[in-house]
Amino acid sequence: MKPILDVQNLTMRFGGLTALDNLDLDVNEGEIVALIGPNGAGKTTFFNCITGIYKPTGGDILVHGSRKESVRLNGLKPNQVTEKGLARTFQNIRLFPNMTVLENVMMGRHCRTRSGILGAVFRGQATVREEQKVVEDSYEILKKINLARYVDELAMNLPYGAQRRLEIARAMATEPFLLLLDEPAAGMNPQETADLDELIVWIRDTEKISILLIEHDMKLVMSLSDRIFVMDYGKKIAQGTPEEIRCNPVVIKAYLGEEMDA
Amino acid sequence: MVSLEEIKKSLLTCIWFMFLTFPIMVIRVNTVQKVIEWRWINMLLVGVAGFILSFFWRNLFREKGKTGTEKQSPAKTDNISIFQKIREDRKRFLPVVALFGCFMIAFPLVFSLYQTNIMTTALIYVMLGLGLNIVVGLAGLLDLGYVAFYAVGAYSYALLNHHFGIGFWTALPLSGLLSALFGILLGYPVLRLRGDYLAIVTLGFGEIIRLILENWNEFSFGPSGIANIPRPGFFGMEMSLKGHTIYLYYLMILLVLFTIFVVNRLQNSRIGRAWIALREDEIACQAMGIDKARTKLTAFALGATWAGMGGVVFAAKTTFINPASFTIWESIIILCIVVLGGMGSIIGVISGAMILILLPEYLRAFSEYRMLIFGIVLVVMMIFRPGGIIPDIRRVYKYKGKETRMI
Ligand SMILES: Nc1ncnc2c1ncn2[C@@H]1O[C@H](COP(=O)(O)OP(=O)(O)O)[C@@H](O)[C@H]1O
Ligand SMILES: [Mg+2]
Repeated sequence: MKPILDVQNLTMRFGGLTALDNLDLDVNEGEIVALIGPNGAGKTTFFNCITGIYKPTGGDILVHGSRKESVRLNGLKPNQVTEKGLARTFQNIRLFPNMTVLENVMMGRHCRTRSGILGAVFRGQATVREEQKVVEDSYEILKKINLARYVDELAMNLPYGAQRRLEIARAMATEPFLLLLDEPAAGMNPQETADLDELIVWIRDTEKISILLIEHDMKLVMSLSDRIFVMDYGKKIAQGTPEEIRCNPVVIKAYLGEEMDA
Repeated sequence: MVSLEEIKKSLLTCIWFMFLTFPIMVIRVNTVQKVIEWRWINMLLVGVAGFILSFFWRNLFREKGKTGTEKQSPAKTDNISIFQKIREDRKRFLPVVALFGCFMIAFPLVFSLYQTNIMTTALIYVMLGLGLNIVVGLAGLLDLGYVAFYAVGAYSYALLNHHFGIGFWTALPLSGLLSALFGILLGYPVLRLRGDYLAIVTLGFGEIIRLILENWNEFSFGPSGIANIPRPGFFGMEMSLKGHTIYLYYLMILLVLFTIFVVNRLQNSRIGRAWIALREDEIACQAMGIDKARTKLTAFALGATWAGMGGVVFAAKTTFINPASFTIWESIIILCIVVLGGMGSIIGVISGAMILILLPEYLRAFSEYRMLIFGIVLVVMMIFRPGGIIPDIRRVYKYKGKETRMI
């Protein structure tokens, strides 16, 4: 198996608070990996460090994408990380509320298209073709994610579950090899969660995109994940397959009696 | 609907404004009598304006960010205004535009020279509004120093002409370019700022440019300004004052059409969408692979270009410029045009400019209360029509497998 994300000794301090403490984590090609832990454990901070929103205090973030050489992500800007092939969603949904659903997905195509100011003004053949392709591609993605019926709605008018799916659609439009999902099932009803489960597996199997997800819904995590990393207070406290995690005493203690095998 | 927290934030901003503009707006050294005048009334005005502005700005986005505000939804027709209905329906939209076009073309032939002059001014403001619309309406960057680029345009024409005898037609693109450069110059240090803070810094920038023009006598001839700026020529033809006025009017019509054409294309392009995404959510925008710094700088530069060209026309129209024409109030009026008309909406900005520039001209009796009325109108608008007179409607795209019309 080929590792595509390799994080070593990642440390992030906010003043006196060590939000991430020497964290190691890796994701292999074609895997669905879950990152779990109590609230405030530092999971979102981990995502923010990888995607360039925060600049980590220490450690290495290496990715081995489709290209042969591996890239160190430390210190890259968020847009550069996206260009390298990592895409993410946000815990608190961050869509472009006053743009249509289609336009939201079209934004994802931005970093894979080129036309500039002159192209926009003169609207030459190349620009027109690229624009049309962006529209078609985005619409295709919406069809795949089952959002085509909302295509011309404003993003802010979508039901909650559809907004979460739209965030995934938008991330997929950037052509990532690794998708980072921050609590994708939060606030979803059981039906929506089941659909999401199906969607994530489909993304991995059909679209060949590996997935790293943060999630609190244990049923979802246990059924989806190939491997699970558990963290608490910024430290990794366990890692392993769902079975190993389920009966790991340290994990159970960290969750302090929270239902692990729901 | 308006929380105490909001009021507190706006108060803080307004105090900042008062503090920062204190040296410029309040203290005035009277060099004749060698005394310092304290113009406290100005401070009060700045305070009130700062408060209204900040309050308004915040609410604008709160309203827009709220989920399910039906005002903006294309789906619910019963809430859409008559203007929007006209716009959405091509059969009704085109005749309205054609009628308006005929009116504008016939204007100088029907109305007096005085009226034509006023209309030319309004057209300059349409151009300024469309330019600022890129920065404020599309990219969501609250720029209170926009008048600086207007000044750069006007002065670069006046000075280039004074020193090198460069004519109107050469100065027009040159000034546009120079203003774009100034846009980048201003944009660079404020890349990290947003909202109120950006407003304060850009306001300072505008005032700095004005103060330089006022005090650097060797360069800009100080408060006495530059006179005898030539009007635009037309293949070396001799023209009467009337001829010049009418010529300038039609020239401005063409320039506005050109502006609309370019701004419309920019708005509906890859870059235009990036601006809007930046306005909607900066972090998500970056996560989509969009270079924030570059996108902001292009917005500043492409917004400033129109102000620069507007400045050239202004200088040519009045044949005399001095720093008094480029005060902060100009920036605020242009901002009001954008916000009142409808942020991001070209037709909105055009109507905003027409209303805000023409009405005061015809209601001279109220001219003393102009700013007060502006403030009240803005607050009322905020409550009843947060999207502006003619809000922006998102475009509907065509794709395979579905028949859709394009707006
Ligand atoms: N920008 C920041 N500045 C200071 N502290 C932060 C910042 N971001 C996160 N933290 C802190 O880091 C810790 C981990 O937060 P977070 O990553 O959001 O947790 P999780 O996503 O696991 O619930 C929390 O104590 C939080 O307060
Ligand atoms: Mg979190």
